[in-house]
Amino acid sequence: MLIKKEKMEMLAETLSEQDVKGRSLWADARKRFFQNKAAVTGMITLVLVFLFAFLGTYFAKYTNDEIDFMVIGQVLELGSPSIETGHYFGTDDLGRDLFARVVQGTQISLMVGIVGAAIAVIAGTLYGATAGYVGGRVDNIMMRIVDILMAVPYMFVIILLLVIFGRSISMLFVGIGLLSWLEMSRIVRGQTLSIKNKEFIEAAQATGVPGFLIIIRHIVPNLMGVVAVYATLLVPLMILTESFISFLGLGVQEPDTSWGALIFEGAGTMQYGTLWQLVFPLFFFVITLFAFFFVGDGLRDALDPKDR
Amino acid sequence: MTAPLLKVEDLRVTFRLKSEGDMPWTKPKRLHAVGGVNFELKQGETLGIVGESGCGKSTLARALIRMVQAQGSVVWMGQEELLGLSKRQMMKYRSEIQMVFQDPLASLNPRKTVGEIIAEPLRTHNPSLSKKEIVAEVKAMMEKVSLLPNQINRYPHEFSGGQCQRIGIARALIVRPKMIICDEPVSALDVSIQAQVINLLMDLQKEMGLSLVFIAHDLSVVKHISNRVMVLYLGKVMEIADRDDLYDNPRHPYTQALISAVPIPEPKIERNKETILLEGDLPSPLAPPSGCVFRTRCPKATDLCAQEIPSLEQGTEGSSHKVACHFSD
Amino acid sequence: MSLLEVENLSVKFKTNDGIVSAVNDVSFSMDAGKTLAIVGESGSGKSQTAFSILGLLAPNGLSTGSVKFDGQEILNAPLKELNKVRAEEIAIVFQDPMTSLNPYMRVSEQMAEVLIHHQGISKAEAFNQSVAMLDAVKIPDAKRRARLYPHEFSGGMRQRVMIAMSLLCRPKLLIADEPTTALDVTVQAQIMDLFSDIQKEFGMGVILITHDLGVVAGFCEDVLVLYGGRVMEQGPVDPVFENPSHPYTQGLLRAIPRIDQKSDVLDTIPGTPPNMLLPPKGCPFVARCKHADDICGDQLPDLCELTAGRLRACHQPMEKLV
Repeated sequence: MLIKKEKMEMLAETLSEQDVKGRSLWADARKRFFQNKAAVTGMITLVLVFLFAFLGTYFAKYTNDEIDFMVIGQVLELGSPSIETGHYFGTDDLGRDLFARVVQGTQISLMVGIVGAAIAVIAGTLYGATAGYVGGRVDNIMMRIVDILMAVPYMFVIILLLVIFGRSISMLFVGIGLLSWLEMSRIVRGQTLSIKNKEFIEAAQATGVPGFLIIIRHIVPNLMGVVAVYATLLVPLMILTESFISFLGLGVQEPDTSWGALIFEGAGTMQYGTLWQLVFPLFFFVITLFAFFFVGDGLRDALDPKDR
Repeated sequence: MTAPLLKVEDLRVTFRLKSEGDMPWTKPKRLHAVGGVNFELKQGETLGIVGESGCGKSTLARALIRMVQAQGSVVWMGQEELLGLSKRQMMKYRSEIQMVFQDPLASLNPRKTVGEIIAEPLRTHNPSLSKKEIVAEVKAMMEKVSLLPNQINRYPHEFSGGQCQRIGIARALIVRPKMIICDEPVSALDVSIQAQVINLLMDLQKEMGLSLVFIAHDLSVVKHISNRVMVLYLGKVMEIADRDDLYDNPRHPYTQALISAVPIPEPKIERNKETILLEGDLPSPLAPPSGCVFRTRCPKATDLCAQEIPSLEQGTEGSSHKVACHFSD
Repeated sequence: MSLLEVENLSVKFKTNDGIVSAVNDVSFSMDAGKTLAIVGESGSGKSQTAFSILGLLAPNGLSTGSVKFDGQEILNAPLKELNKVRAEEIAIVFQDPMTSLNPYMRVSEQMAEVLIHHQGISKAEAFNQSVAMLDAVKIPDAKRRARLYPHEFSGGMRQRVMIAMSLLCRPKLLIADEPTTALDVTVQAQIMDLFSDIQKEFGMGVILITHDLGVVAGFCEDVLVLYGGRVMEQGPVDPVFENPSHPYTQGLLRAIPRIDQKSDVLDTIPGTPPNMLLPPKGCPFVARCKHADDICGDQLPDLCELTAGRLRACHQPMEKLV
């Protein structure tokens, strides 16, 4: 019976016009990822934070720069979180709605993180893959450049940039983007070196595929696992960097804000008993970082099952 | 007489090795991976290259298609000197000479579908083909190597080792090459699968008039598939002859030792046969012995072998059986 | 009494995709001083059989059945007992010697450590014994080479070192898992030559796990053919090779190109080995067998006696398999 069934199946497969769909390594990884509870929790958290950041404005009763004159001067008594007043998260020291400000700060912080990581992914991957694939002297020169750039104290550079060119979001992106790809290019180069020696690269070379296409077609897709993992871990790092800069008072400009700036303000007014000003931004900050780390860990386990 | 498909003369590959801790101005050591190899390959013929690990057989294969730098002469079809071509000029010949690799899974990009993998040489050499034409070609080729054409969208890890090797063969054949270099194509496969792949290669060879350069360390497999066989040791040709000549009447002590060492799956014969056991290990290719490279392990070696490099000579006039030994029987 | 008695040994692995039955109901026994070959292709369960005997399975593996060594049950025995057996009674030699040697220790230190730990002898004595053993496996200039590090040996020499190390405690049984697969033919010939010398000299039993039927023919007395984790055929080497009683053994012997014969076309076994996640209900070889009929797909063939000492697991009568 069984043999017949098998043969029938084989026959059916042969005859079917429809091409069989393949199960890519990505599909396998996706399955493993969704079996990982911590990673899925992190993923859901992230989705919620994103929803909060982009839909939050529709629920806010105030804008982020509107000053509630009723509250001013009596923030401790009247500015505490309440549904009645519409200040869901309370107000800050100047009587501005904290909910609106957290929503807006979340947008900025996420954007900084994602733009920073994106620059790292694109620039770092191409740079590292090229250096690793070409090898030899080119590799040497390219990686020494990275070494030199890494030796420059980046915080100092960013601060200098912000001071010279004025504080603006775009300057912040430039500064963070400048430093984020360095580490990535190193990791990618290392990976490329090991992929480069695989036979399928040799096969492509033997048939005459040009170097640039080998990098794009064969090396980069095989790097994506490492890159994806590192990028998810890079996002929180970028957020932290931005927060630190904002904490120093050099980040985004008022009335815009970010998590770092909000936490800074919240920490400054802690002693007056308006704890909510610290707790809300801090809460979002912490859960997002945790979520990114969990997702990154989950991705790593899913993409590289041998490590477990 | 028509010119042979491939004529190789005095092919040499030298690597410069820098060992760690060397000062920038110290001269790198020279490693002669392939030292002066000559052979010809006719259309439709199979040349087997045997030798132990480290004998330079894979390097030789890669030198033929300029994956490593080589000196000497490689003439394609009596007209074109491959080693002198520019990168662009070489492209034309890359479609005529294809390669099949040892590790079936590692030679396929795990992130690409089978269709994409097989199509790559076609896309590289015939960029004008439409997607539809490519798919049709790929499916036809898959059928030819006994893969189900509807599996075109599957990924390499969904196939067994033998099937992966068929994919590798399909990729090599899709541009209708004249010659295929097989670098240990069956050594990673199980016995029962190995026979399938060997038969497939031989069938395709007949059908498409291919020439094969078949590199292996398994002498029985080489015997089965080759017309001519070349024995390499430390980058030098020890013996080259027609298949039957070489196996029935090996004249170089190294060839004799190699053949006698192959176990035969028949207990009575295997237990009673005489094996020539070689002494010692392969010498370091960085400091090869003077004279004949095999002399350190050769049962027949004398002082002469240490002083003079034996040239690759024909035993009798006009014979195609050539041996590099002072004392060949 | 036999030295090693394996009964209904099964090994299962829990994986993400389900349970893999690597070895199913394997039984065999072996007398002291004998040589047994376990032959099979990759995935046939030959290595897992050996590993489970020594309790060396990966953590997700589970073995059931019974393995008696010298009458003592050692399958799933407590680690302390197992360690004693592993050290003094059964030794194992792996395919890749480099993975089982510590690259940062001199060979003599690694060998002496075994002796000092298990026999409690002095350092100097242990060194001398190690050198003697390296001498026994025909490593030239053993005294000087004993002080070298593993990477300073060639592949063949490293395998000799491994063999010397496994012999230190004079085991009664040596399990060699594909000991020559990574080596060149001429080196393989040296190592197999060494194996038969030391086997006679030390009078120990050897289980040789391999896929190379040629090596089996030259070295072993008995052979066990595994396919899909089951025993297909079992018996003394001579009759099994001369007159194989199972379609798989037949196919295997015909599929190998022979250096002493001329052939135009190789016989092949069509298809691929079964997926051990979903093993077929009947005979594991059914999908590739040219003699198979309905019963083969339905029922598992029993391992039956063919002639004295020879067993086969096939529904088809011998006469039909020509």
